[in-house]
Amino acid sequence: MLTYIVRRLLLSVPTLLLVAVAVFGLIRLIPGDPAVVMLGEGADKAAISLLHHELGLDRPVPVQFAVWIGRALHGDLGQSISTGEPVLGLILQRFRLTATVVLIAVALATLIAIAAGMIAAWRRDSRLDLAIVSASSLVLAIPSFWLALLLLLLFGLKLHWVPFVGYVPITQNPVQAMLFVVLPILTLTITESGVLTRMMRASAIEVLRLEYVTHARAKGLPESAVLSRHVFPNAFAPTLTLVGLTLGHLLGGIAVIETVFTLPGLGRLMVDSILARDYPVVQGCLLFTALVYITVNLLVDLCYPLFDPRVTAG
Amino acid sequence: MRRSVLQLQPNAVIGVVLVGLLLLVIAVGFVWTPYDPIAIDLDHTLAAPSLAHVLGTDEFGRDVLSRAMLGARISGAIALGVVALAVSAGLALGLMTGFVGGWLDRSLMIVNDAILAFPGILLALALMAVLGPSYRSLILALSLAYLPSIVRVVRASVLSVRQREFVEASKAAGDGPLYTMVRHVLPNALPPVIVLATSLFGWAILSESALSFLGVGIPPPAPTWGNMLSSARPYMEYAEWLGIVPGLCIAATLLGVNMLGDALRDWLDPRRGS
Amino acid sequence: MTGPAPLLKVQGLDLVCGPAAEPITLLRGFDLKVAAGEFVAVVGESGSGKTMAARSILGLLPPGVRRGSGSIVLDGRELTTLPPEGLRAVRGRDVGMVFQEPMVSLNPALTVGRQLAEGLELHTDLSDAAIRARCLEMLARVQIKDPARCLAAYPHEFSGGMRQRIMLASVMLLKPRLLIADEPTTALDTLSQREVMELMVELSQDSGTAVLLITHDLGVVARYAKRIVVLEKGLLVETGETRQVLAHPEHPYTQRLVAALPKRGEHQSRPPEGAPLLEVSGCCITYPGKAGLLRRAPPTPVVQGLDLQVAAGEIVAVVGASGSGKTTVGRAVLGLKAIETGAIAFDGVRLDRMTAADRKRFRQEAQLVFQDPFSSLDPRMRVGEAIGASLRHAPEVSAAERRARVAAMLEEVSLAGFEDRFPHQMSGGQRQRVAIARALVSRPRLVVADEPVAALDMTIQLQVLTLFRKLQAQYGFACLFITHDLGVVEEIADRVYVMSAGKVVEEGPTNAVFDAPKDPYTRALLAATPSRMAAAMALEGP
Repeated sequence: MLTYIVRRLLLSVPTLLLVAVAVFGLIRLIPGDPAVVMLGEGADKAAISLLHHELGLDRPVPVQFAVWIGRALHGDLGQSISTGEPVLGLILQRFRLTATVVLIAVALATLIAIAAGMIAAWRRDSRLDLAIVSASSLVLAIPSFWLALLLLLLFGLKLHWVPFVGYVPITQNPVQAMLFVVLPILTLTITESGVLTRMMRASAIEVLRLEYVTHARAKGLPESAVLSRHVFPNAFAPTLTLVGLTLGHLLGGIAVIETVFTLPGLGRLMVDSILARDYPVVQGCLLFTALVYITVNLLVDLCYPLFDPRVTAG
Repeated sequence: MRRSVLQLQPNAVIGVVLVGLLLLVIAVGFVWTPYDPIAIDLDHTLAAPSLAHVLGTDEFGRDVLSRAMLGARISGAIALGVVALAVSAGLALGLMTGFVGGWLDRSLMIVNDAILAFPGILLALALMAVLGPSYRSLILALSLAYLPSIVRVVRASVLSVRQREFVEASKAAGDGPLYTMVRHVLPNALPPVIVLATSLFGWAILSESALSFLGVGIPPPAPTWGNMLSSARPYMEYAEWLGIVPGLCIAATLLGVNMLGDALRDWLDPRRGS
Repeated sequence: MTGPAPLLKVQGLDLVCGPAAEPITLLRGFDLKVAAGEFVAVVGESGSGKTMAARSILGLLPPGVRRGSGSIVLDGRELTTLPPEGLRAVRGRDVGMVFQEPMVSLNPALTVGRQLAEGLELHTDLSDAAIRARCLEMLARVQIKDPARCLAAYPHEFSGGMRQRIMLASVMLLKPRLLIADEPTTALDTLSQREVMELMVELSQDSGTAVLLITHDLGVVARYAKRIVVLEKGLLVETGETRQVLAHPEHPYTQRLVAALPKRGEHQSRPPEGAPLLEVSGCCITYPGKAGLLRRAPPTPVVQGLDLQVAAGEIVAVVGASGSGKTTVGRAVLGLKAIETGAIAFDGVRLDRMTAADRKRFRQEAQLVFQDPFSSLDPRMRVGEAIGASLRHAPEVSAAERRARVAAMLEEVSLAGFEDRFPHQMSGGQRQRVAIARALVSRPRLVVADEPVAALDMTIQLQVLTLFRKLQAQYGFACLFITHDLGVVEEIADRVYVMSAGKVVEEGPTNAVFDAPKDPYTRALLAATPSRMAAAMALEGP
């Protein structure tokens, strides 16, 4: 078990390193002088050379990378060009909101997927199965931002159940804040449950075919025990991986949904920074996102042996 | 026992009909649209659907149907470009790593994992920022974002086919490795890639519209379904059709493509029949 | 049958699948009686409906398969009309079931202890401690070392034979009245097969359990079953006392089954003359160790110090359990697996010193037939093409000549005109004949056959072996025949090498080794091979 954990940890080191190089290199891919691009044509020379110095552009590239990564390791991702705030603080503040929405939505979507997927697989080819499969196919085809717009149109503009635009931090007014995040959570839950349900159904069908399920039934176990004890853990393992991938990517920002609901989340921060050419923030967001993704998948892989003890052996 | 796809699968019918409809709309769009899709008509802004404008007009009085038809062409062309570029590059890389193996395989997989660590849409977003908005950079950015998934599928498929005994049989018969690869491994490794290519077309449509929705895709006035949705947002309250039409276009396309992909997967499954 | 009412009585059972309008019959009018404590075997080949018959007793039919009509009475109780809860109370408690695949019949996500306790928790009121005590006792009874550790372990930590014992333990814990065993040892090695079967017999005798054994293996039947029921394509064709049926089979199908039992073939007993065609000397083969965190595990030796010769025209068998290294030997002599030390020479030329021309000739003259005809033929290549591909590297053969030779070869294996078929359009036996045709079309001097009949039904095995022998007599190629089945060896091989754990433990002319085995391993293997006993029974008569 310990070897498994250590190996899994070590395996993510080269990936992390490469991610850092990629994020660092990105700013260098911008055609022209990044400082000029950021400050705009006609910015004065002093400001440009100051920014050069600040970005470390006046030093050799390997040194720049070393300095940058050294600072990043200490939590210093530089300052936002437009606001002057430290990038990390900005990211963490925005991340809280994104993480709340994403964690709740993915948890709900996973629960829906487990229930719907297992029932559909168990009653395969029944009307219920057909309904579940059709619903998840339909959900898969609906772009999240369109669903968001439709929900907003219905609940915000027509029914006036929730406010149309804006956001109130949870510290100021918890009830109001809830109203602002309920639609984003609903949107995300619906869109993510589609693919997860399909996955859960497919793997439950595979497991239901296996002899140990028949063996469990031959012992006289009721269907509820067969499903919960014998089918669920084995069918959930592959879905868990997908949950990890989904969670990892969504935590990096749900830019389109945040845009529709005007939520100040991480995704919106990145889009705004790209539009404003605030490259330190873009870099910081990318690095942070990748780190979150790698961490989440690491955690999922560490949970995996709970459902499939075979992995620790290999 | 070779039955046609249509007989086998009801969802194949939906898929073929929807994708056929998309192709038809694109084809008709080349020779005829009801109005000039980018002609501004300030006398008829935000007109509700009527006989003159079947799907209404937008905030500049442009005909929504005409714009949606042109949008289909633009979105379809971009998605096709992404599929062509990403699948050919993915096939080449995946075959190479599956074929050569060893350190090349390991390092390519690390690069792959590193790219996968960025959410596809954010990566495309960042690349668009670097490359600047244009059709070419959009196709490039989306292809790069999806490339790792394709490389993975190709590689896994190649590795599983390589373990089968007929590959060893080919070796035992004295065939060279390249011949074995092209004649035996590639054809058998292809089915999952074909299915993936179908889904990729859907993903590309979706991502392209998301990027345009965020304002970093194809710049206006050229219509795409994404930027039509994006500009509809302020007028949704009194002009619902502006938000509904492009969304429906995207959803119908995705549904068609997904159904087609599912049907293809069932059809290409070696377990089918017997 | 007279006397007390049977424990299990199945009457007129019909099983169907497919659409209700035009159902496909899997089993028609099946009758079966099993008395308390009796050992009955249901024998049939794939597609005979034997597994479905067994599963229908507990109502465990796979989705899509339905019971058309018939009654199943257990101990005076009609099972077909029981509500689901009633049937569940019967399952496990009155009737236990053991399955074929030890790799997938235990849940990989639960500990062995959990899975053992499940049945007792459900059907008894025992305390947790009592359940644990019973489990430990039972594990010791099925000869699992360290039962306490076993309870906390997961199935993947055990070998196939051990898992099958665990499964047997979990079923027998409840002392059912009837045990249904569906091919319980088919996936196991000869030796563990015997051990598991003996355990099963012992345990069922201890608790007075009747056994219904589902199998394709007449040998196992002959050794253990008192009565036998023969199924062919869903129809019961013959039933009776095992000895009687084996000695005097009445139905043509049963006769064919009995005829397919291995018999000693005519072997050339002359010692090989002159230089051997294939010579392996002092050969060691290792597999690289698993790559660890920082260093690789030491390489595992698979074959150690192997000496082996095959003379021209001779059939030499290499026999051993899985993991004995026999398959690796087959790959190595064809140059498909690198060897660590020693030398392999074909026609006097060492494989590692061959020139390009030598190698080209070698590839024509030495061919391979695989075990699994499903995977050894490229599913996307037509049969004609696949066979013709063997001649691709023989430049002197023109395209027209190649086609002619493929056609002739297909005729030889009784598949004339099959050039344009795809592998999935043929049966397993037909596919294996294609694989043989592919190997022989280049007129090889050596054929390595790796378990060529292991994946086939018994009657098909006989067909393929007969064909193989006919072609061997006709073309006179030498053959290295790799198998786990001593019955097949006795039937076909002139000489035999017995391998165990990477080493040859015994070697000699087949008749000599079979009549007077010297090594204890060979003796154990011979004693455990059930088909030989069945064959003896069939010859002797009751």
